[in-house]
Amino acid sequence: MTQQVNDNIVDKSIKRVHKLEAKGVKVFYDDFAAIKGIDMQIKANKVTAFIGPSGCGKSTFLRLFNRMNDYVDGFRMEGEILIDGENIYKKKVNVEQLRKQVGMVFQKPNPFPKSIYENVAYGLKIQGIKDKKFLKEKVVESLKQVALWDEVKDDLNKSAMALSGGQQQRLCIARALAVEPSIILMDEPTSALDPLSTSKIEELIYELKQKYTIVIVTHNMQQAGRISDYTAFFYLGELIEYDKSKKLFTNPEKQQTENYITGRFG
Amino acid sequence: MNNIKTNRLKDQLFKIWGIACTLLGLVLLAIFIGSILIDGLQRIDWDFITSLPSRKAERAGIYTALMGSVWVLVLTTIIALPLGIAAAIYLEEYAKKDKLSSLLEVNISNLAGVPSIIYGLLGLEIFVRIAEMGSSVLAGSFTLALLILPIVIVSTREAIKAVPQSVRDASFALGASKWQTVARQLLPASFGGILTGVILALSRAVGETAPLIVIGALTYVPFAPESAMDEFSVLPIQIFNWISRPQEGFEVNAAAAIIILLLITFLMNGIAVFFRNKWQKKLG
Repeated sequence: MTQQVNDNIVDKSIKRVHKLEAKGVKVFYDDFAAIKGIDMQIKANKVTAFIGPSGCGKSTFLRLFNRMNDYVDGFRMEGEILIDGENIYKKKVNVEQLRKQVGMVFQKPNPFPKSIYENVAYGLKIQGIKDKKFLKEKVVESLKQVALWDEVKDDLNKSAMALSGGQQQRLCIARALAVEPSIILMDEPTSALDPLSTSKIEELIYELKQKYTIVIVTHNMQQAGRISDYTAFFYLGELIEYDKSKKLFTNPEKQQTENYITGRFG
Repeated sequence: MNNIKTNRLKDQLFKIWGIACTLLGLVLLAIFIGSILIDGLQRIDWDFITSLPSRKAERAGIYTALMGSVWVLVLTTIIALPLGIAAAIYLEEYAKKDKLSSLLEVNISNLAGVPSIIYGLLGLEIFVRIAEMGSSVLAGSFTLALLILPIVIVSTREAIKAVPQSVRDASFALGASKWQTVARQLLPASFGGILTGVILALSRAVGETAPLIVIGALTYVPFAPESAMDEFSVLPIQIFNWISRPQEGFEVNAAAAIIILLLITFLMNGIAVFFRNKWQKKLG
């Protein structure tokens, strides 16, 4: 193995440390500057939390990594977003392909109005995979990964809309995992859930970081402290502070950060 | 105290007034249907439906007109459905929300309000004369398709719009293209709504008379259409023809034909309501 090392492999192993990278990123909605120049590097196989008051640009920033802002009217971006060293905003980038690599979980559980099975299989089916045995295996595997299998194994053909909110959100995570992404973006994934469901999702996130790079937007400071390795504090479209979560929550460098995490504003 | 009492009284008065208004329409409709039934019901039998038109009222039937209506209905559906749904998908999912698209939007809504006889004139010029279809079933169907196209587009857009944005987000985030999202998520989820709109539009088309008279549909055809290029008549024209005759027997025929036409539209509306309810349950 060591003898076969070539530039390419060396190159990739270096980039592994920083899975995601933002270089001089600015975002505008028509004339409004939502993000005012951010440079940031996000480590692989870690959980990175984005915190900050509403409207600070953290969700917009998160959605840059799978280009979900592309369809928003008036959206314009400057700078570069790199995944494994590749600029995903280059012209020739296939957005559909990119999104298979970067999964996303939304604020409100948003299962498709279809069966549980169809929900999880959807991402694979749109890639043209028709092999029933393979699909079934992936569905089972994904549902087991999110610890939903035991609860739904007899109801795979039931509508996903009949599940509870917490189950729906875990289903949405399973759906994202089924296409085997390497990165998972989560936009306030527990804000619509009760405490019990929330703790289940948090446990899940903790397990998932073995295999995935996870970026999570949250309004819940305790949550950020509990589950994230790194935390970034955004304010008015700028990255104010970015550090190991332990450091940021116990001994922040900036006054603004301290004010926010101690609840003095926002 | 006094104030509360007068408020309650006003409340009661308005309630009664509201009930009266609602009943007025229903009662008039009931009287109309009742008198039609009294006049026409005795005339309806299998012979009436399967007989060709005749100069003698008691021998005349609606077969050719009914078949004409069926032909027109089927062809209109085939023409209007793909056009209307495709246009609606484009406007709702693909078109940029700019001035041009809002201009298109306003105009499509306006088209829905254009008197049907204008569509008849348009059809006469374009389909009958320029496209040389003659006064055929096909020309009539194209004309009616144009007439109901705005309704189909507007109702299809409403149905697609009713699918939550979160479904689109989820689909895109999994790597689906726009077309995959439309075909696999939006259309299935809005199917009931689209169908409801289409059926209601068609039930309007089946009652249209004016545009078909303009393009030259016949008031008397001794044969049912056998191809799309045949001449034809439809039920409303047959009714119009019979009602304008002096002999009393034809009035009975007209009443009977009205019952059949009403049955068809009620049936179509019933199907539309059925699908709407089923669809709402599925989404909720």
